[in-house]
Amino acid sequence: MPNYSWPPMESRKQIGKRYRRVDGIEKATGRAKYNSDLNKPGMLFAAMLTSPYAHAKVRSIDTSQAEKMPGVTAVRVVAPAGTELQWVSQEIAFVSATSEEVARDAVRAIKVDYEVLPHVVREEDLSKVADRAKPAGEQVTGDPDKAFREAEVISEGMYGIPVLTHCCLEPHGQVVEWKGDQINYWPSTQNVTNIGPDLAKNLGVPATQVKVHMDHIGGGFGSKFPADRWGVECANLSKASGGRPVKLFLDRATELNIAGNRPSAFAKIRLAAKKDGTIIGWESSSWATGGMSGGGMPPIPYVFVNIPNRRMNHTAVMTNCGPLRAWRAPNHPQASFLTCSAIEDLAAKLGLDPMEVFAKNMQWVAEARRDSYLAQLKKAAEMSEWSKRWHRRGDSGPGPIKRGMGIGICTWGGLGHASNCRVTIHPDGSVIVELGSQDLGTGTRTVIAQVVAETLGLPLESIKVNLGDNSYPPSNPSGGSTTVGGVSSSSRIAAVNALEKLFEKVAPALGAQPDQLEAVDGKIQVKGNPSKNLLWGAACKKLGVQSISEMGTNDPRNPRGLNTQGVAGIQVADVSVDTETGVVTMNRMVAVQDCGLVINPRLAESQVYGACIMSICGALMEERIMDAKTGRVLNPDMEFYKLAGIGDIGEILVDLHITPENDKRGVIGLGEPPTVGGIAAIANAVANAIGVRVPTVPLTPNRVLAALQERRA
Amino acid sequence: MQAFEYANPATLQEAVAMLGSSWGEADILAGGTDLISLMKDYIHTPKRVVNIKGLKELQGITKTATGLRIGAVVTFDEVAESPLIRSEYPSIVQAVLGVASPQIRNMGTVGGDLCQRNRCWYFRQGFGTLGKDKDGTSLPPIGENRYHAIFPKGDAYFVSASSLGPPLIALGAKVKIAGPSGSREIPVEELFVVPTSNKGREVSLAPNEILTEILIPSARGVRNATYEVRHKQALDWPLATASVALRMKGSTVASAKIVLGHVGPTPVIATEAEALLAGKALTPDLAAEAGKVAVNGAKPLSGNEYKVQLTRVAVKRALMEAMKARA
Ligand SMILES: Cc1cc2nc3c(=O)[nH]c(=O)nc-3n(C[C@H](O)[C@H](O)[C@H](O)COP(=O)(O)OP(=O)(O)OC[C@H]3O[C@@H](n4cnc5c(N)ncnc54)[C@H](O)[C@@H]3O)c2cc1C
Repeated sequence: MPNYSWPPMESRKQIGKRYRRVDGIEKATGRAKYNSDLNKPGMLFAAMLTSPYAHAKVRSIDTSQAEKMPGVTAVRVVAPAGTELQWVSQEIAFVSATSEEVARDAVRAIKVDYEVLPHVVREEDLSKVADRAKPAGEQVTGDPDKAFREAEVISEGMYGIPVLTHCCLEPHGQVVEWKGDQINYWPSTQNVTNIGPDLAKNLGVPATQVKVHMDHIGGGFGSKFPADRWGVECANLSKASGGRPVKLFLDRATELNIAGNRPSAFAKIRLAAKKDGTIIGWESSSWATGGMSGGGMPPIPYVFVNIPNRRMNHTAVMTNCGPLRAWRAPNHPQASFLTCSAIEDLAAKLGLDPMEVFAKNMQWVAEARRDSYLAQLKKAAEMSEWSKRWHRRGDSGPGPIKRGMGIGICTWGGLGHASNCRVTIHPDGSVIVELGSQDLGTGTRTVIAQVVAETLGLPLESIKVNLGDNSYPPSNPSGGSTTVGGVSSSSRIAAVNALEKLFEKVAPALGAQPDQLEAVDGKIQVKGNPSKNLLWGAACKKLGVQSISEMGTNDPRNPRGLNTQGVAGIQVADVSVDTETGVVTMNRMVAVQDCGLVINPRLAESQVYGACIMSICGALMEERIMDAKTGRVLNPDMEFYKLAGIGDIGEILVDLHITPENDKRGVIGLGEPPTVGGIAAIANAVANAIGVRVPTVPLTPNRVLAALQERRA
Repeated sequence: MQAFEYANPATLQEAVAMLGSSWGEADILAGGTDLISLMKDYIHTPKRVVNIKGLKELQGITKTATGLRIGAVVTFDEVAESPLIRSEYPSIVQAVLGVASPQIRNMGTVGGDLCQRNRCWYFRQGFGTLGKDKDGTSLPPIGENRYHAIFPKGDAYFVSASSLGPPLIALGAKVKIAGPSGSREIPVEELFVVPTSNKGREVSLAPNEILTEILIPSARGVRNATYEVRHKQALDWPLATASVALRMKGSTVASAKIVLGHVGPTPVIATEAEALLAGKALTPDLAAEAGKVAVNGAKPLSGNEYKVQLTRVAVKRALMEAMKARA
């Protein structure tokens, strides 16, 4: 049985190196082709007719004008007369034409008669949602009534976090060419291996007919797994247009309306505690929406899951809004915000340092992570100069600019997903690695190259990594921070297997047994006798005309110690608030985040930077704004759907908590956990700065000033 | 985008002749940063688009006997880089830098800034200039109005989008306008009007008129500044701005012009605050007092009370900034 385990930390040559991403130059110069860049010969463009109403019934639909327009090749109705439309921008019909302009004009020529029905699109005031509220029942653990009776202090608060959208820079969409029994499919997807079968199922053809290719994706964040209506109809339009390729990428407004969102979460929370900050009881009543499916209860109390004596009520609110999709760490940022805000408010009420209160309550977190959190609290305090900068809530000195500090927390799984990899060594010494996986921009290609280079004792440049095609060995979708664990393990195993085969071929020439050989620094050599060696090229020549091609599989039920799950993270925000204008400025974010064995610290840190930036957006700016009367999203654009720019971000300090103990655990996914704690940390920092809780994020000037005014009153 | 005819006239006269006598026939294309979005969203569906960027008459920044002339197609970036403007008109440079994306500063023109349409989200979603529902209800006051006017006028709840309007008015600038029967000059404050119909426009130009240049009197001895309260540092609209121009007599203010931006359907001249400052030495307390007076008469909507406070602060800070600036 070959030894697949990771080489010991101290002897690694490639793993752990801070390489820049292998496709960085290509992306920075614009040479990288995203599928939304594709321009195939003879390509047609599709456009969608979507609902202008949040709730309506299609009484009749007439496409005859559109069909007659010059340049239009096909029209397909997906919401025929009688269909009930449940949100603005819901798909009604698709048109393909020789140009995007003609397709859009044709869409406008389709006549629909609507019966407009009443809608509900806002959920922040539960008393106004009428019959759209669906209580989920009460959950009780222990004896909350007793805990609240016996509490030395009771702290309570109301907190809210609105619906966000994914805002992928590259919108959802695809080019599809359906010619005879061959479908060429170029989607923007997190799911290269399984999106083909999904499309095939929807089209009623065998999965073998769909060929998927995607080199790069401009963001997915959990929203790009299925083939979607627009993918299926794009294929149908292609078929109806004689097999010409058809392109359909959503415009920004449609993207923000229907291509997924992160559900909201609102909660009234009460904590029962002792004077020293130990929490002994939790009560929450929460509500949320993510569209017509309602919205589930975030996992609260978050991280502090063993707080005794809990009573929780949750209400899902069905709104006539585009449907939710997984959003980078589904429900965790909401849960962290709700929980950490309540704890910070308790600490403030007691006049205690929240670092101490968080530490004291670590008795309630899962035992396996407890020490990590305690160590990370210390580290984060050090990096943020907590002891120098923290002050009691509101005690931030004279002048209109107030500075404050706050804490947020995260946890996540991150076990490697099912992944297959093929490593091929050719007689000329070249090495190719193939996986039906995808690089979401996280650096997957680079990390795989590092693992294979390490295993084969070769420089990084010698390894060619091919992803993004469903003719490669299947790999699961990139969701749940499962990719790095999955692909690093499958490529490690495949590379070890391939190397074993090479050893067999080379051993006779070196007068040794295969198991006495090792691959180091571009040579195959005898262990303990390195002067007996063959250069990599010479060794591969021994293959004659036969390449070696070996598979490696990561099975999540038995990851062989190569990858695992369960991480902890602490974030600290340091903000300044202009109390005259309510404008919040980021001074610094500190993120201490473990992720087991780190294959490339630069890329891992880059994930954390991106996550912190997303948190800054969510804490200070981002919000889907719904109009009660018209039922529309008022800001389906990049103008009033606000995202941070470089000038809004401040300094971000990252520590990956790399220790021999964490390294021994193996690789753990990192994409999601660092997005979890930031909003909580920033909201807490603002409360600390200005002396009062701003209940709802994003912390806009409007909300900050309102909270300050309430405090004065 | 609806198909249109594209015209690229060689002279101003030709350009004027290509415009229509009613709105909707033709649109003037300058930098296109606003017009193209309006056309893509079918808010504007002109039959003809007349490009004015190539017209020589509309270019360049030049000194005149009484001050400065800025051609209508001069870009934000040219303004921000101009030594002539930087030395005398910090209020203009500050306003221009607030248009915070280099792409828009590279393409957007001063004429386009003054003539751009409002950014009310109801207007931009097809509910007309005033944002009225089919049944005639004004949507902003009953809907989401966090970025709307605190000095609404009539049924106009949107805010004037132009960042250049306030400093130009404060500096006493005029615009020159060319039409079929020659040209006319009007003070910048007269360019901005409150539309009374849902199809109305925000500027007093006729459909066949072109704004050709901006004429700014010399600001020697005039301390001037713009302060903008913005949510984001990156690309964003101001929440409230104030532009001030102070004619000094020694250390006292002889006369003051204070103009508020992004709080009303036109720039708002804060006459009470102007009067308060006349003949006084400007102190932080007086600046704060001027801010308070400047919002007298504000009528905030359900969701934008906070802009009253922001306006007070903008006035105070613009005044303090002006005192720091070189006169
Ligand atoms: C996200 C975002 C943020 C922005 N932030 C700001 C900001 O903070 N402050 C600000 O002021 N602006 C801001 N802008 C708007 C920008 O300044 C305008 O789009 C720009 O000034 C328009 O100039 P243009 O030359 O591109 O005009 P165009 O788009 O070519 O024209 C705009 C309109 O003016 C008319 N027009 C243009 N020139 C003339 C002329 N000479 N005579 C008569 N009519 C004319 C056109 O017909 C059209 O109706 C922002 C825009 C965006 C998208």
